[in-house]
Parts: sequence; C-alpha cells; structure tokens
Amino acid sequence: MLEVNRISKRFTTSDGVIPAVDDISFAIAAGEFVSIIGPSGCGKSTLFNIIGGLVGDYEGQVKVSGDIIHGTHPAIGMVFQEESTFPWRTVLDNVAFPLEISGLATSERLERAQHFVSMVGLEGFERRYPAELSGGMRQRVALARTLASEPRILLMDEPFAALDEQTRLLLGDRVLQIQQQLRQTTLLITHNLTEAVQLSDRVLVMTYRPGKLKREIDIDLPHPRDSEVVSSDAFGRYVAEIWHDLREEASRGIRDDENRVLRARSDR
Amino acid sequence: MTRARFANSAMAARAFGIGSVVVALGVVELLIRAGLINRFIVPLPSEIAAAVPRIIAEENVLHRFWQTTQEILWASLMLAGIGIALGALLYRFRVLRLACETWVAAMAAAPIVLMYPLFLVIFGRSATTIVMMGFAAGLAPVILKTVEGLSGTRKVLIDVARSFRLNRSQQFWKVLLPAALPSVFVGLKLGLIFAMINIVGVEFLINFGGLGQLINELAERYDLPGTYGAICFVVAVSIVFFDLTERIERWLRPIQ
Ligand SMILES: Nc1ncnc2c1ncn2[C@@H]1O[C@H](COP(=O)(O)OP(=O)(O)O)[C@@H](O)[C@H]1O
Ligand SMILES: [Mg+2]
Repeated sequence: MLEVNRISKRFTTSDGVIPAVDDISFAIAAGEFVSIIGPSGCGKSTLFNIIGGLVGDYEGQVKVSGDIIHGTHPAIGMVFQEESTFPWRTVLDNVAFPLEISGLATSERLERAQHFVSMVGLEGFERRYPAELSGGMRQRVALARTLASEPRILLMDEPFAALDEQTRLLLGDRVLQIQQQLRQTTLLITHNLTEAVQLSDRVLVMTYRPGKLKREIDIDLPHPRDSEVVSSDAFGRYVAEIWHDLREEASRGIRDDENRVLRARSDR
Repeated sequence: MTRARFANSAMAARAFGIGSVVVALGVVELLIRAGLINRFIVPLPSEIAAAVPRIIAEENVLHRFWQTTQEILWASLMLAGIGIALGALLYRFRVLRLACETWVAAMAAAPIVLMYPLFLVIFGRSATTIVMMGFAAGLAPVILKTVEGLSGTRKVLIDVARSFRLNRSQQFWKVLLPAALPSVFVGLKLGLIFAMINIVGVEFLINFGGLGQLINELAERYDLPGTYGAICFVVAVSIVFFDLTERIERWLRPIQ
C-alpha cells in the first residue's frame, strides 16, 4: 500500500550538513498499523513530511499502491505533532474543513463531519472553539479532521506527545477502535515505547544521526487490544526489547545536545 | 468564569468607565469655578452641555456629523480593501517586502496632514480630498500589521492546508487571512485612528465639510462652549467607529 524506497534527506545548516534521514526503506501493507520509534531529533518528522509530500528535494521514492508520488497525495492524510486545529473555527467546522475544500454542500458536509466528531468521542462539543478545549480534545479534533478527508493511508507524527500518560493511553484505545472500524493503513511516528507497542502490528526502530532503520519488531499481541494490554508480560517483554535497541540511540541524542550547549558557550 | 459573571464584570467595567468621565468633568467644573482654570480657555462642562442643543438646532450639527461619518466610512472601507490587499502583496512577494517595508514604516511616522495642499491640487476642495487624506494617513499601519499577521501564521496551519491540497488562493482565504485577522484588526484600528484625526483635521484646515469645519467656524466666532460641544460630536463619531470595528471583529473571529 505504502512503500518507502531508499529515502535520504540532508539539511545544510551553519553547523554543517545534517543527515536527517539516511537510506530508509520499508513497506506497509493495506490495513497494517506500523510505528516508527526513535529519539528526538533523529529525523522522524522529516520522514513524515517527505512521505506526506510537504518536503521535497530528497533522494529515493515514495510509492502509493505501486505508483511513485511527488508532493501531496489525496490518499494520504496527515496528523501533525504541533497543535494544528484552526482556532477561528468551531470543532464541527474544523472537522468539516476538508469537505468544504472538496466542495461538498453545507448540510451534507456537516452531517459527515458530525459522524467523525462522534467517532473521536467529542459529541456535545461541536459548537465549541479549540481555545475552550483541552490539549487532548484538540488533538482529537485534528484527528477527526484528517479522518473526514477519508484517506486510505493515515500518517501521524507524535500526535499525543504533548499529553499526559493516562490521556495518551485512553486516546490510544480510541485510535485502535477507529482503526479497527476503518481498516486504514496507518503509520504512527512516536518516541513513546508504550504507545508504539500498544498500537502497532510492527515497530521500526530508528537510529540517531544518521537517521537509519535499525531494527524491525513484529508485535504479536492479540487483537482487538486496549490499554489493558500494558499490564501483560508479553507487552513488558516487547517494551524491554525495543528499549534495548533505542537506549543507545537516545543516549547519543542526549550527548549530542549536551555537546551543542557546551559548544555554544565556548563560541562566545 | 461563568458567562453571567463575565457579563456582570463587563457591565461593572462600563459603569466605571462612564463614572470616571463624569467625575473628571465634575472636577474640571469645580476647578474652573474655583478660578484655577481660566474659563476663557476652557469653558464650564455645564456650559458645553447647554451648548449641545443649540448647535444641533442652529449649526446643523447632525448633518455635519453624518458628513464626517460618511467620509470616515469611505476612508475605512478603502483602508480595509486596499490596505489589506497591499499587505498581502508584500507578504506574498518577498522582494517587494524587502524593498518597501522600511518606507511604509517611515510613512506611518510622517505628518501626512502637511501634504494637504498637494491633495487639494489633485482632488480639489472636496470630500474626495478629505477621504483620500484620511486613507493615506491610515494606510501604513494596516499594511504593516497585515504583513505581520500573515507572516506570523503558524507553519503547521499552512502544512495542514497543504496536506489537504489547498491551492494558493484557498490557502490565503481559508487559512492565512483568518489566522492573521487579530493582527489585521489591530492595524485597522490604528489606521482608523489616524484616518479620523486627519479627516477632522483636514476639514478644519480647508474649511470644508463636516464637524472639522464647524469647529473652525465656532472657534473663529470665539464660541467656546459650541466649539467643545462640536468636539464632543467628533468623540461620538470615533466611538461609533470603534464599536463597529469591534463588532465586526467579534463576528469574524468569535474567540481568539
Ligand atoms: N528545515 C530544516 N533545516 C535544517 N535542519 C533541520 C530542518 N528540519 C529538521 N532539521 C534537523 O534534522 C534533524 C531531524 O529533525 P526532525 O525530523 O524534526 O526530528 P524528530 O522529528 O525525530 O525529532 C534535527 O537535527 C533537526 O535539527
Ligand atoms: Mg518530530
């Protein structure tokens, strides 16, 4: 369904060339839920933006159903890491946004939007503005808005990164239910171990600079799952296994940060 | 805060606002009566109040109020239409922005009212001159604040628009402009202030049109209560326009 073929991307900055993504390849089958996990700064968002068609000028190819795509593609829906709801629109109008762009008549698009608002569990908040909602609710609005465009492939970049652990687990349940219902091909980008194991059929571990794929782990936990799964032994083993791979990368990322701070001081 | 409590505190704020004006006028009245302020320079507030019905009856002040209102209305429509469009152009074309932003900022500080002879030559001694002067005076802040608002749009909102495959014009109307509205309205309100000052000022200078001309005439006749009464009508015009602008803003963007 989605195929990423030898993607590389370098950024040239005043600090030199940063190999943000280095020769990454993987494929996701229709209906599969795959997570990419890696320490912060390893190139996850860059990869997300390349697949979504928002960043150009990279090496390699992105294919949807076998066809190479350039730029944005109607089959791909994106949910962003930062707060991305439109503050001047109500919840319902936010969710109806892609339908408005595609020129659907008002009554029909509000009806469809309502369906997706309910799907993310926000009935009763249709007339509220994002400023009146909590961070978790706003992320659900953003998710519903992307779902409303009915993409066959859903890309999510750390959608719950800013939320507390409990909210994150419960939203994870919600995402699983939705995925069960819509059978969407999903690529979730995260730095959270529990989230990756809780939600995915398969987890890809990324290295820190250059951003390469280090390992691939099939998560063989029963479906349908919910957040109760975090207390099972198998869950713990998967988390430990991924952490074993991730640990080294994360510590390199931290050391890099420290060095950057030290260098910034000695430059002055 | 609940809605009811909010409404209460808004009412209290309004009452306090009106109350403080009344108290200030009372203090001035007392200071004048006590001889601490020269009453040949500042007339008694009570005399000004008494002059209002007189200037309504004898000086046709309501008609003049309407003339000035119309001039300001035209100037603000031009400010909104042309100012925002120019701001959008400067945002869209980086080169244009680099070339123009500094002198637009300089224009904001320039005493444009001194250019009235030039406008007189171009547009004649007419309402057009007055409207154009108001427009010119208010243009810079509208342009600058529009550019600022558009370029301050969070990148992720533009990314959302791109991911939904909006074309350039859809991106502008559906995302950039709404996101920039709070800043655009700051610019519009500033522009409106400059426009109003200049419109009344030019009416006064070229002795033509609405309230400014009346103030000129009454001052020449040394009718101080009448002059100050007419100034009260100028204040009323600006209150009307400010209130209108805020209503439009709240209608377009209910919650920030
Ligand atoms: N537009 C850019 N210009 C220069 N460097 C960038 C740019 N975007 C990202 N980078 C750098 O590329 C690396 C990967 O960034 P990113 O993809 O955002 O990582 P992640 O999402 O995994 O935290 C980081 O070191 C970041 O500083
Ligand atoms: Mg990121």
